[in-house]
Amino acid sequence: MDYQLIWALLIAVAVFAYVTLDGFDLGIGILFPFIKDPAKRGRMMNTVAPVWDGNETWLVLGGGGLYAAFPLAYSLLMTAFYIPVLTMLLALVFRGVAFEFRFKSRDHQKHWDFAFSAGSIIAAAMQGAMLGAFIEGIAVENAKFVGGPFDWLSPFSVFCASAVVVGYALLGTGWLIMKMEGNFQGRLRGLAKPAVIWMAANLGVVSLMTSYIHPAYAARWFDMPNLFFLAPIPIVTAGLLFWLWHAVKHREKTVFGITLGIFFLCYAGFGITLYPNIVPPMIDFRTAAAPDNSLSFMLVGAAILIPIILAYTAYAYWVFRGKVGDEGYH
Amino acid sequence: MFDPDILARIQFAFTISFHIIFPSFTIGLASFLFVLEALWLRTRDDAYLALYKFWLKIFALAFGMGVVSGIVMSYQFGTNWGPFSEFTGGVLGPLMAYEVLSAFFLEAGFLGIMLFGLNRVGPKLHFTATTMVAIGTLFSAFWILSANSWMQTPTGHIIENGRAVVQSWWDVVFNPSFPYRLVHMVLAAFLTTALVVGAVGAWHLLRDRENRAARIMFSMAMWMAAIVAPVQIVAGDMHGLNTLEYQPAKVAAMEGHFETQNGAPLILFGWPDMAAEETKYAVEIPKLGSMILTHDWDGRITGLKDFAPEDRPNATIVFWTFRIMVGLGLLMALLGIASLFARWRKSLYSCRWLHRFALIMGPSGFIAILAGWFTTEIGRQPWVVYGLMRTSEAGSPVAPAAIAGSLAAFVIVYTIVFGVGTAYIIRAMNRDPRFAHSPKGEVLRAGSRPVSDPTIPQAGE
Repeated sequence: MDYQLIWALLIAVAVFAYVTLDGFDLGIGILFPFIKDPAKRGRMMNTVAPVWDGNETWLVLGGGGLYAAFPLAYSLLMTAFYIPVLTMLLALVFRGVAFEFRFKSRDHQKHWDFAFSAGSIIAAAMQGAMLGAFIEGIAVENAKFVGGPFDWLSPFSVFCASAVVVGYALLGTGWLIMKMEGNFQGRLRGLAKPAVIWMAANLGVVSLMTSYIHPAYAARWFDMPNLFFLAPIPIVTAGLLFWLWHAVKHREKTVFGITLGIFFLCYAGFGITLYPNIVPPMIDFRTAAAPDNSLSFMLVGAAILIPIILAYTAYAYWVFRGKVGDEGYH
Repeated sequence: MFDPDILARIQFAFTISFHIIFPSFTIGLASFLFVLEALWLRTRDDAYLALYKFWLKIFALAFGMGVVSGIVMSYQFGTNWGPFSEFTGGVLGPLMAYEVLSAFFLEAGFLGIMLFGLNRVGPKLHFTATTMVAIGTLFSAFWILSANSWMQTPTGHIIENGRAVVQSWWDVVFNPSFPYRLVHMVLAAFLTTALVVGAVGAWHLLRDRENRAARIMFSMAMWMAAIVAPVQIVAGDMHGLNTLEYQPAKVAAMEGHFETQNGAPLILFGWPDMAAEETKYAVEIPKLGSMILTHDWDGRITGLKDFAPEDRPNATIVFWTFRIMVGLGLLMALLGIASLFARWRKSLYSCRWLHRFALIMGPSGFIAILAGWFTTEIGRQPWVVYGLMRTSEAGSPVAPAAIAGSLAAFVIVYTIVFGVGTAYIIRAMNRDPRFAHSPKGEVLRAGSRPVSDPTIPQAGE
């Protein structure tokens, strides 16, 4: 069995699971500045209070899995992204404790709302910036990071940060449209419209810039016969954006689904651009892989436990299905 | 002071010390909640449900802080200890991956139901959720202590191309110090939790000795202290003997022994001076050191001078952290014995000095755990993986200013967040446990939707 390829795919799946699942949790925090009413904010948080912890666990699996399966990539990327990784983690500290603290606080609810919102926005922005810096490539010589602490910050990474923040906001909106009713749902629909335009513009810019970063990236997409096979990805993405624009006005459940679809296609496009590199532009996933006996040992556990995890996670979502009213759980 | 290695070590020590406080509490608390809910289901006595809800609120706060401070740990190996990650990734990575898959997901997946789901899933399924969370905390302890123990006593590997490659997973997971460390730490978590529960019970008994919920938790906690504290002393002794076998330099530092000698004394107090290579102002009992460590009055004890100066851990620190841990452990056992005496005298709920003693001992478990971990981790130096990799070779090439900045950020953020969180926990402890559950409303938390109210449409309908 090709353990290296299997683990590269598994970690890609774990990261995607994190991006989409914590994406809508973070999206709720990103929407906070637009919703001032404390009761509504409480309802918004309560829609994810029972599941956010499980959602965030995929981030631990992504990081832990990278450490286990591709130690060299883990070491190089974390060192190169020292500032954005730790900033993201501290932002997630504020975001995470706010779930409990907000409802325990008597006089400081506003402060914890701010912590929740700022934490969500900063964490999302750092993830986007790292995505951008990842695409641009890491300065590595002789398997050592040789760049500076602010290499990750560039116009391109800022665009990516903006794309991720607005993308998460859309995921959060789609989630809340499913969970809310009446006037408040209408308010969310109103917020979603400019977000769709912003995201469409952002995706266009990021895609075009990506093809200029590295000749190999452009070649991957525009050389024959790749152009023919890969053209459906941007075309379908554009189609989904149009559909989303309409769904935002009328539909209740499809908004979230379409946004997930857009995230999936963007993620796939990102993977196609970079494959087989795990530390662009030079180190591929095979070079960075742990020994085969480590990968096979972990695969046994993953094969048994991941289906079980998916089952009880789905059960938890099912238990807390449906609309969330003012009472909440707290 | 701006030596990047030292800064990175301080940052790791700071973040992991803050972190370990929460899991050591939630490991014990999850099992306590499991027992409380089992007792409630068995007896249908609402006092147990009230206690369950009382402690569940505290659990939720502590667990949340454990989660957010734990995620930091899983990334910090890479940000600050890149070469260490490359060297150990193939060995420790899979153990941590198993921790995530078997423990973190299990806890997180069922936590929502445990916190918010009693009215939605009913008592039986809710009890299953509590059980899963409790099992998850123990699985987590299993894997992370296995990983830490491998760094202390590495076995089952070979070195290939400058990295550790596993030959036997069994030998890696069940490395020589792991069984002792696991037992010692899980007992410590249970004991720590028992002391906290006992202190909270004592606090409410001091206000009102008729408080039935307080009586129940105080009695349960004192049984735990009376049984676990002595067992922990035995387990700790066995752990120490294992350390003597595999890491004699650590034990020499803990004991303040610089000279190798037969019939070594037990140094009760003193000031180990690394530069002078002697323990100053030593107050000692002749030959007892050999007796404890070798179970022979004339047993031979290796001193620090037998190790090259660059291979010695800092005895000044670990000598004292070890004494803090042991001293607190003895006080815990004393509390347990005192409670047995009071119980025999039928004054468990009225003996005010016992309640005050239990109250003061409330935080002692956390201090003992930190002191114990300081002892074993600083005692492992200068190695990060004992005998295989030095800490000085393990650090990432990060600009010192960046580490200084992140360390400052961690200190500020953790002080605010965990300071406030601790204040909320103490406030929740201060509430009267009798009123945590009101039988009429049938709510898990204040403000939650009553399941029996037909006027409100239920979610999912």
